[in-house]
Amino acid sequence: MEPEQHSIIAQNLCKRYGRTDAVRDLSFTVRQGEIVGFLGPNGAGKSTTLRMLTGILPATSGRLKVCGLSVPYHEREIRSKIGYMPENNPLPDDMRVIEYLKFRAKIKCIPRRLRKSRIEHALEVCELHRKARRRIIGTLSKGFRQRVGIADAILSAPVVTILDEPTIGLDPHQVIAIRRLLDNLRGETTVIFSSHILSEVEISCDRILIMNQGRLVACGTADELRKEFLPGSRYLVEASGSPDLIRDTLKLLGESWSVELSPVPRDGYYTVSLVNQDNGSDGQLILKQLMDSMKIGIRAFHPVQPTLEDIFLKATRRSWEVSSDDLTNPTMPKGGDEE
Amino acid sequence: MIQVYRLFRHELRCLLYTPSTYIAMVLALMMMGFFYFLTLLTISAEEQDQLPPTLFFSLFWVPVLLIVPMLTMRSFAEERRLGTIETMLTAPVFPSQLVLAKFLAAYAFYLLVWVLTICFPVITSLVLQQPDLDQRLFHFGSLVGGYLFIAASGLLFVAIGIFTSSLTRSQLVAGMLSFSILFMLIVGVAAIHMLQINSGTGDLMADAVLDYFQVFNHFDDFSRGLVDTRPFAYYLTGTVAVLGFSVLIIESKS
Repeated sequence: MEPEQHSIIAQNLCKRYGRTDAVRDLSFTVRQGEIVGFLGPNGAGKSTTLRMLTGILPATSGRLKVCGLSVPYHEREIRSKIGYMPENNPLPDDMRVIEYLKFRAKIKCIPRRLRKSRIEHALEVCELHRKARRRIIGTLSKGFRQRVGIADAILSAPVVTILDEPTIGLDPHQVIAIRRLLDNLRGETTVIFSSHILSEVEISCDRILIMNQGRLVACGTADELRKEFLPGSRYLVEASGSPDLIRDTLKLLGESWSVELSPVPRDGYYTVSLVNQDNGSDGQLILKQLMDSMKIGIRAFHPVQPTLEDIFLKATRRSWEVSSDDLTNPTMPKGGDEE
Repeated sequence: MIQVYRLFRHELRCLLYTPSTYIAMVLALMMMGFFYFLTLLTISAEEQDQLPPTLFFSLFWVPVLLIVPMLTMRSFAEERRLGTIETMLTAPVFPSQLVLAKFLAAYAFYLLVWVLTICFPVITSLVLQQPDLDQRLFHFGSLVGGYLFIAASGLLFVAIGIFTSSLTRSQLVAGMLSFSILFMLIVGVAAIHMLQINSGTGDLMADAVLDYFQVFNHFDDFSRGLVDTRPFAYYLTGTVAVLGFSVLIIESKS
């Protein structure tokens, strides 16, 4: 991949507040047109990183390029190429939506002849083009306010759109609306956004970056992260019969399989969770093993994919373990204690 | 410069929509009206050396201590509290442009309040209808001198208000800080100067420095129709320096 095709290149980025490292040695790239989700627990350094990308917060060390331009040296050019919605989406409460967007279009130096069409486009994409356009921002619901923030971010048709927690505090309907909105942006701009709603990130994003304690702990597509953090095959079986018989039958599959039965049957069926740490195991073999035993009945059998929540918990837990080991035994190599 | 103009218009609009602007204007005009009334009472009671406009403008510092903090305390403190300053600075806007626009908008309102005081002699003239008095009420030199002083000193006073607003998120703290600094600058320097003269211990250098910073001295010159470049240099350089500090603070805190 040519570097020109990267909208964002971050190399060994660090941000220090006094004696606290908010971001440590962070390196990642974002390709043009990608939608990238930024995940991490509170205080992981997501907002700090996003603010560094906008140029509003200088990095302590490292290299950062946005749209091929070095952030500290081309602040003004970069600001005209990015759209940014900060966390909590601050908006002036006393302005009407359309007035606010007109003002923003002016200070974003959008040419006069394009201003009207850009505003209309942003209103339409964010579904604000009907009644909401004339409403005073202070009277809008949280969901509509988020849309105004996003409309502002995409107003200048930016090359990179940075959204800090666009789904925070929204109800499921509004979250779906924001998902639709992100879909509308696909292909138009590179989008990088942080969120705590993991299912949304998994659905909307091409790639996911997970941060913890200021470090990047995972990076890739949802499938790549699954393979890295929760490798192997997982199946769920609902089987009737004696629990010991089910356990013994499934043990015949081999040592690599771990078998867990629910303690209480539901409608006479136990839920059995089967996990094999090695990839590529075939479900047919399990099914055949169970079918061969005439005393076991099967109601359901299906493969299970780990959710992004599982990956997130695993990735952040692993980085915590690595960090705590760093503290207790600084000479130990980091890779040595990975699970 | 076009960015400054756009931001200036936005700031003017924000000031127009803010209740504190109107409260400041009404209170200041009420206070000035009362002072004008006192001025008229004074000149009607006994013959005065000073003209009515000079007497009226000599009390400039009282409305200044009220108007400036109320007009400026909101500017950056509120933006920082709401977080809108972050969205503003991620647009192609430099902190210097933002500071300048906010300063110009507040200064325009400050001038507007003072320009409205021209109504006082007009109303007095219409009510009393005495041609002799009109000559004294509308004495060209003292009126122009007074307004020139207000315009020149206002630059620094408003800049101080903008500066204190850039220091904090709290409008109240910004207002109190601005009041304190203005009080020190206008009344404090005069008081120190007076103490030094009374004690008779002042050396020439300190005396000259205090003289240069004495706002009341500048007013005396202006009211006599003496337009000296030194006060202009003082107010202009002071304004540029204070606004420069505000820019640095906005850059460092954003």
